Amino acid sequence: MFNKLRPVLLVARRELRDQFRDWRVLMPMAILTLAFPYLMNEFAKQAVDFLNQFDANLILDRLVPFSIMIIGFFPITVSLVVALESFVGEKERGTIEPLLSAPFDDWQLYFGKLLVGVVTPLAASYLSIGLYLILIARQGLDFPPPAVMVQLFLLTTAHAVLMVSAAIVISVQSTSVKAANLLASFIVIPVAILMQGEAVMLFWGNERVLWLAVTGVLIIALLLIRVGIAHFQREYLLGREIDTLNFRWMLKTFWVNFVGGARSVREWYGRALGASLRRIAPALLFTLLIAGASLWMSYSWVKDNAANAISHASAEDRARLEENLGELPDLSSLRGHLNPSFLFLNNTRAVAFIFVAGLVSFSVLGILIYMINIALIGGLYAVFELLGVQSLPMVFLAGVAPHGVFEIPALMIGSAVVLYIGAAIVTPQTGKSMGEVILELMADWAKIFVGLVVPLLAIAALIEAYVTPGILLRVMGS
Amino acid sequence: MIETQDLSKQFHDFMAVDGVNLSVQSGQILALLGQNGAGKTTTVRMLTALLHPSRGWARVAGYDVVRNGHDVRASVGVLTEQHGLYMRMTAVEYLDFFGQVYSLAPSARKARSENLLEYFGLAEAAKRRIGEYSKGMRQKLALARAMIHDPGVLLLDEPTSAMDPESARLVRDEIARLKSSSRTIVICSHNLTEVEALADKIAIIYRGRILVQGTLDELKRSVLGAPEYEIRFAGAWNAGGLELPKGVEKLAETPTSLKVRVEAPQASNPQILKLLSGAPVMAFQEETRTLEQVYLKVMAEAKGREYVQ
Repeated sequence: MFNKLRPVLLVARRELRDQFRDWRVLMPMAILTLAFPYLMNEFAKQAVDFLNQFDANLILDRLVPFSIMIIGFFPITVSLVVALESFVGEKERGTIEPLLSAPFDDWQLYFGKLLVGVVTPLAASYLSIGLYLILIARQGLDFPPPAVMVQLFLLTTAHAVLMVSAAIVISVQSTSVKAANLLASFIVIPVAILMQGEAVMLFWGNERVLWLAVTGVLIIALLLIRVGIAHFQREYLLGREIDTLNFRWMLKTFWVNFVGGARSVREWYGRALGASLRRIAPALLFTLLIAGASLWMSYSWVKDNAANAISHASAEDRARLEENLGELPDLSSLRGHLNPSFLFLNNTRAVAFIFVAGLVSFSVLGILIYMINIALIGGLYAVFELLGVQSLPMVFLAGVAPHGVFEIPALMIGSAVVLYIGAAIVTPQTGKSMGEVILELMADWAKIFVGLVVPLLAIAALIEAYVTPGILLRVMGS
Repeated sequence: MIETQDLSKQFHDFMAVDGVNLSVQSGQILALLGQNGAGKTTTVRMLTALLHPSRGWARVAGYDVVRNGHDVRASVGVLTEQHGLYMRMTAVEYLDFFGQVYSLAPSARKARSENLLEYFGLAEAAKRRIGEYSKGMRQKLALARAMIHDPGVLLLDEPTSAMDPESARLVRDEIARLKSSSRTIVICSHNLTEVEALADKIAIIYRGRILVQGTLDELKRSVLGAPEYEIRFAGAWNAGGLELPKGVEKLAETPTSLKVRVEAPQASNPQILKLLSGAPVMAFQEETRTLEQVYLKVMAEAKGREYVQ
C-alpha cells in the first residue's frame, strides 16, 4: 500500500517545497492567515459592545462560531491558487511533460496534486482558527460547545476539500492559468453562498441541520474528486487547444449525437431515442425504487407527525384547522380554472428545473426535487386518510391516475436522465474529453426531453384539464 | 528496441500521425525529420505512452505502449521539446527528485546524480538554482534527467533547438557518447547536420506519414539516385571513345573532365579506373550529396513541387 502511495507523497512534497520557495504565494497566505484572526477579533469586540446595549445574548453566543467559520474560510480562498495552477501552471511552464512521462498511475499524479492543494489551505485555516481561539481565550470569552467545534472543523475541512477538488478539476480542464483563475469564481461564489446558508444554520442553532450540511458538502466534494479522476487523462494535458470556444465543433458534436444518424422522425424514435432510453434503463429502475421509497417515507412521516401535531394542538388551532378544511375548493368550479397550457408549462418547467439542478450537483439536487414531487403524492394520500375521506383509494385513483399515467412516467424518465448524467460524469470515459462527454449527455437529455417527456406532459396536461376533474366529480359524487 | 506497426493518431478531424512503421534496434539512433507539425512529437509521445494510438501498435523496450504504459514510461528516458525543469530547485534536488520518481535507492540516486552532473560538466553548478542556468546548461540537465535511471530507450525531441552553436555542439557530443550497444535512441530534429552526424537511420515524416526511411546512404541512393563521380584530368584528354562498363552512365564530358553515374560502384569503379589507365587522371571523386538535398527533394515531391538543386 505504501508503495502505491509513495508517488503521491513524492509529487506532493516536491510541489509543497516549490511553493514555499515562492514568496508571491507565501506572503499573501501568511499575512492573511496571521492577520485575519486579529481583524476578526477586533470586529467581534465591536459587535459585542454594540449588541450588549440590546441584551442580544443569543446573537453574541453565535458570533464566535460564526467568526471561526469565516476565519477558516478566508485562507482557503487565497490558497486556492495553488490548486488552481497545479496542472495548468505546470503545463504553461512546460514542466508537465517530464512529470507525465514518469512511471506513475493517473490517480497517483492526481492525488499528489490534490493532497498538496488540500494540505496548504487546511494548514492555513487551522492555524488561523487556532490563533483566533487563543485570542478569545485571552479575552475570557466562552468557546463554542465541543459538538459545534467539531462541526466547525469538519465544515472547514469540507469547504477546503470541496474548493480544492473543484479547483483541480478546473486546473486539469483549463488551457491557461488565466482561464483557471477566471473559472475560480465558479467555486468561490457558490461556496460563499453556501456559507451564508451555513451561517443561518449556525445562528439558528440546529445541530442536526448542520450535520446534514457537513455531510452534503463532503458528498459533493467526494463526487468532485471522482469527476476529477474520471476525466484526468494525460493526453488532454498535452493538447494544444487554446482558450477559444469552438461553437461549431460543439454544435456539430451535439447535433450528431442528437440526430444519431437517423434520416426520418420514425427512424430517430426507433434508433436515436431508443439507444438513449436503453442507456438510461438502469437509472430508470433506480428512480422507480426512489419513487417507492419517497412515497413510503412521506406517507409514514405525515401519518406520524401530522397525527401527533393534531393531537398536541390547542383547541383553538384545532378549531381553525377544521374551519379551513370545511372551506376546501369546490371541484366543479376548479374544473373551469384548469388550463392545459398552464399545466403543461408548469410540469415542463419542473422537469427542466430538475435537469438544471441535477446538472450543477451531479444529479443530487435534481433527484432531491424529484423525490419531493413524488413524496407529495404519498403525503397527500396520508393527509386524506387522516381526514377520513370515504373510499380513499378510489378517489385517489380518480384524481391522480388518469393524467398520472402520463405525467408520472414523464417525471420519472426526466429524472432518470438526470441521474444517468450525474453517474456518467463521474465515470471514466477513455478517449473522450470532458467537453465531448458533457455534449453527448446533453444530447441524450434533449432527445428524451423532446421526444418523450414533452409529448407525455402535453397529453397529461390535456387529460388533467379536461378528463380528470370529470372522473373525480363522478367518483366523489358516488 | 522500438517497433511500430501502422501507428496512427487522430485528434478530432486531424490525422496527426498516419500509419507509421518503424523498427529501431538496440545500439541504433533513429532520426525523425520533418517540418513543424509533421507528427514527430506526437509519434514520440505515443512511444512514451503519453498518447494512446488511434490505430496500430507500438512496442518500446519490449512493452506494448497501450497495455503496459507504466512499464514503457519506466524504461524510457525522455527529453521533451521544452526542457521542463523546475526553476526553483537546484540541479542536485532536481535529479534526486527524478531518481525517486524512477524508484532508485538513495545511494544509487546520489551516485548516479553525481556521475551525470560530472559527465555533463555541471558538477560545479550543482547547488545553484536551475533558474540561474544558461540555456545550454538547462538542456544538459534535462538530458541528465532523461538518463537518471539509465534507460534502454532514449527519446529526444529537438535536443538542440534554440541553442547557440557551442551549446548545441556540446549536447550533440553528449548524445554521441550516450550511444551504446544496449541503448536505442530516437531523435526528432530540424538540424540536418546534427542528424547526419548522429543518426544510423533516418525517417522523413510529412503530414503524419513516413515518406522515406533508411540509412543515409540508402536514402541518398533511393532519393537522389546512384552515386555520381567526377573524373578530372591534368590536361585535355579525349574520353569520348571510352567504352564504359554496364551500369555506368555518362552524364557530362569536357576536355578536362568526365562525369558518370555508377549503379554499382564497388564492381564498376575498378573497371573505370582500369579503362583510364593511360589517362592523366588528377582526381576521381564522388559528388558530395547531403542529407539536405535528400530532405528537400523528398519534401518537394511530397508537396508536388519541382526540386531545384
